[in-house]
Amino acid sequence: MNAVNETPVSDIELLLPWHAAGTLGYRDSQRVETALANDPELARRFELVRDELNEDIHLNETLGAPSARAMEALFAKIDAEPVRTPPMTFNVGARLRDFFAGLSPRTLAWSASAAAVAILLQAGLIAGIMIKENGAGATAGGGDYQTASVPSGFGGDGSYALIRFQPQANAGDIAKFLETNNLSVTGGPITGALFRVQVAPTKLPTADLANIVKKLQSDKMIVGFVAATQ
Amino acid sequence: MQTTSDEVLIGRIAGGDRLAMQVLFARHHVKVYRFALRLVRNESAAEDLISEVFFDVWRQAGKFEGRSAVSTWLLSIARFKALSALRKRGEAELDDETASAIEDQSDDPEVTLAKKDKGAALRQCLSGLSAEHREIIDLVYYHEKSVAEVASIVGIPEATVKTRMFYARKKLSELLKERGIDRGWP
Repeated sequence: MNAVNETPVSDIELLLPWHAAGTLGYRDSQRVETALANDPELARRFELVRDELNEDIHLNETLGAPSARAMEALFAKIDAEPVRTPPMTFNVGARLRDFFAGLSPRTLAWSASAAAVAILLQAGLIAGIMIKENGAGATAGGGDYQTASVPSGFGGDGSYALIRFQPQANAGDIAKFLETNNLSVTGGPITGALFRVQVAPTKLPTADLANIVKKLQSDKMIVGFVAATQ
Repeated sequence: MQTTSDEVLIGRIAGGDRLAMQVLFARHHVKVYRFALRLVRNESAAEDLISEVFFDVWRQAGKFEGRSAVSTWLLSIARFKALSALRKRGEAELDDETASAIEDQSDDPEVTLAKKDKGAALRQCLSGLSAEHREIIDLVYYHEKSVAEVASIVGIPEATVKTRMFYARKKLSELLKERGIDRGWP
């Protein structure tokens, strides 16, 4: 007999409604999934919860919508209020957020593209200067330049993926996900809120890398998008 | 497609942007109405409530700190106003038995089909729960609120949210059993 059957109300059982609604955090959700996989009685009870969820949505959706009277009453009250002037604020974050929210998707896309091109050009220039300097250093000193913290081979030999996390995933969940899957973030965020993660320290065969990517993609609560990259 | 976030809309509403108010209203009024309607059980009263809720938002937008989602804030205001309205109507003491009795007296044709149609029976029993139990079930299932969000809306500790939900579901099973549907739980 398992733990759920021994105790009438386990912590896991209390969480079933939120698991069915998809509103549990990553860790709790994993706990419930594990318990469901190991306990047929709990899985049966979970089906009852899903029935309730389904019928409660049905019930609410058939309640109809309010008439236009509610909106008319609201705006009649608003119109009767004295006119407000926007408050003067020095909240730079809020102003920036408001500014970007006000841009059309097309404008944002063009701006992002222009910024990306500028960054690429800048990166090219810096790389050119570095190569030139390294070349000169090697000639003069007979050795390769290496940073104190990162070996020069970093990023060349490993296997990598680009990943976008779900907006609702919190930092704790993401950290746990990275740890569980032995991932380390090596770059980003870049356009599209993508991060570059190292999935293995060595160059894996394409099929193996694809399998890892598939496994990562299966964690839909944390991962919004993932694809192999160089 | 890009949509302006609720938080940005609230910022604009604080500055007196009527259009932002229209967008926020269009986005949330149906769900807020349904939440209020399930509590006050009167369409006209629920409509009055939502105009009051959004009028509060118009006036209080500048004080919104973004500690919770805007939808959670809206439901909190709606709940407060619904309970105030119920108190005025003297229905705050509506208990499980009274609520069930109201449903039992209903001449909704679904009642007669309840035993044959498990889904319809379940919906009948969901409506027959006490206001407290209906509220928590709706918040979790229909409004997709997390444990913490429900705790914030209802004003109870998170542990109480979990146990209240459990007892609401237990009561639901009991109501179903009374209608001849044994779910084998609890």
